[in-house]
Amino acid sequence: MMAGAGMDHADVLIVGGGHAGAQCAIALRQNGYAGSVTIIGKEAEPPYERPPLSKDYFSGEKSFERLLIRPPAFWVAKAIGLRLGREVIAVDPAAKRVALSDGESLTYGTLVWAAGGDARRLSCVGSQLAGIHYVRTREDCDRLMEEVASGARRIAVIGGGYIGLEAAAVLTRAGCQVTLLEAAPRVLARVAGPELSRFYEAEHRAHGVDLRTGVTVIDLQGETRVAGVRLEDGSVVPADAVIVGIGIVPAVAPLVAAGAAGANGLEIDAFCRTTLPDVYAIGDCAAFACHHAGGAVLRVESVQNANDQAGCVARAICGDAQPYRAFPWFWSNQYDLKLQTAGLSLGHDAMVMRGDPATRSFSVIYLREGRVIALDCVNSVKDYVQGRKLVEAGARPDPARLTDTGIPLKDCL
Amino acid sequence: MVSLTIIDRAGQENSVDALPGQTVMEAIRQAGFDELEAMCGGSRSCATCHVYVEGPALPPPGEDEDDLLDSSDHRRADSRLSCQIRLEQALDGLRVTIAPED
Ligand SMILES: Cc1cc2nc3c(=O)[nH]c(=O)nc-3n(C[C@H](O)[C@H](O)[C@H](O)COP(=O)(O)OP(=O)(O)OC[C@H]3O[C@@H](n4cnc5c(N)ncnc54)[C@H](O)[C@@H]3O)c2cc1C
Ligand code: FES
Repeated sequence: MMAGAGMDHADVLIVGGGHAGAQCAIALRQNGYAGSVTIIGKEAEPPYERPPLSKDYFSGEKSFERLLIRPPAFWVAKAIGLRLGREVIAVDPAAKRVALSDGESLTYGTLVWAAGGDARRLSCVGSQLAGIHYVRTREDCDRLMEEVASGARRIAVIGGGYIGLEAAAVLTRAGCQVTLLEAAPRVLARVAGPELSRFYEAEHRAHGVDLRTGVTVIDLQGETRVAGVRLEDGSVVPADAVIVGIGIVPAVAPLVAAGAAGANGLEIDAFCRTTLPDVYAIGDCAAFACHHAGGAVLRVESVQNANDQAGCVARAICGDAQPYRAFPWFWSNQYDLKLQTAGLSLGHDAMVMRGDPATRSFSVIYLREGRVIALDCVNSVKDYVQGRKLVEAGARPDPARLTDTGIPLKDCL
Repeated sequence: MVSLTIIDRAGQENSVDALPGQTVMEAIRQAGFDELEAMCGGSRSCATCHVYVEGPALPPPGEDEDDLLDSSDHRRADSRLSCQIRLEQALDGLRVTIAPED
């Protein structure tokens, strides 16, 4: 095959048309990149935003068209090839060639692996029954919305992470009877401190969710359709449908089979380079020594990280390689509660409450060795904006001042 | 249709027709500009949809919008978050400049 020959070669081949893949292509063109750029995407849709799948798309407030990261004409105008509805199944890093599920193959100059992750599946007995849902793709979400529209009322949500909690909030507001089952002693245990967990648990209960922590699911019951979730104590939670939100498995298999390091997230260096030549990895599928987590190696599952790593790689391809240091932030919307997080709380050794959760506007400030490393701000945009500066500056304020809501955080610098 | 003028970071003026009900952020994105990141998709959580506006008077920014705009080093008196401006016929002729990246 001739390199550079039309359809069969891309100077930059991007695997995955999610937040990271789309933004990488956009940023390449923005930086004046003139080579050929192709995105291979497993999903049928052109790149769209994923967060609304558990928020305002799921609730019906936003149509799918409004989720599109760019209109279809944009990709044509920017000469970004979209080959959708097919996936990369194998990579030959020596020949710099990928094989697609439709039998075709393409060569590349640079490969950008932006394949995200697949929803982690339940493996217990009954996991194959009808009526069991995951929330990762538009297709997942549409199937779930159809089920609710056709009368599913009792919904069991397995997993008390952000996605499970957001889904519970939307469904409760839609009049469903939601039971949320979390195995850990508290919700959001992986990502937030106990104060925040306790607050959200109380909110969901106040809104009518039957929220249970420290419960283990044994199996799912039903003939062909799920009818209930059986717990360790033998009790059964009756359910017309089940939503499983227990995290993702990074989509890395073809690259790992090709010799890349990182089965639980592709190992990347400070420039988002994998261990294979001319292969970058970005977004949910990439694990890196994170500057904002004291160098801990982790995957960051957020739109911010997907976008900013995409920009980092696009600049590197255009000859302006700089280490990835972008500031981490995240948001979650539940009921009328807007949570914004700045920084990463992982590894904190102290925590300060600012404001009273009873007012539904407060912040949790995380410190390590006296330095502010992260904030979770609930209905408190001011704290988020000003607190973020404390994190960026590595400030060591007096904790007593942090708790005093009469003192703006910007004065704690 | 609501007619807008969008001025990109290179200073180029572009006429854009948008639908009432859309936000200015959506109109900019829909028109194919690549500069506006709008990372939170209009969730009023990020301030990466920052613009400057002139022309028809707009209702003042809400408190959250105002606070978020403070996160930008490029805030001016005419700063807005484009995802918080919903288009209606009365906004015909609005001139929107994409603010510098932070
Ligand atoms: C319901 C939900 C709510 C969320 N809410 C928030 C939020 O509020 N805030 C926030 O910051 N983040 C949120 N996130 C996380 C955020 O959406 C992800 O971090 C982001 O989508 C990661 O982007 P990505 O490009 O790495 O992966 P993805 O967006 O998952 O894109 C990867 C794409 O690659 C495709 N793909 C996989 N394998 C292959 C292959 N072999 N060949 C070709 N294509 C392939 C996938 O099908 C997918 O389309 C949410 C996620 C979900 C699911
Ligand atoms: S798009 Fe994030 S605040 Fe407007």
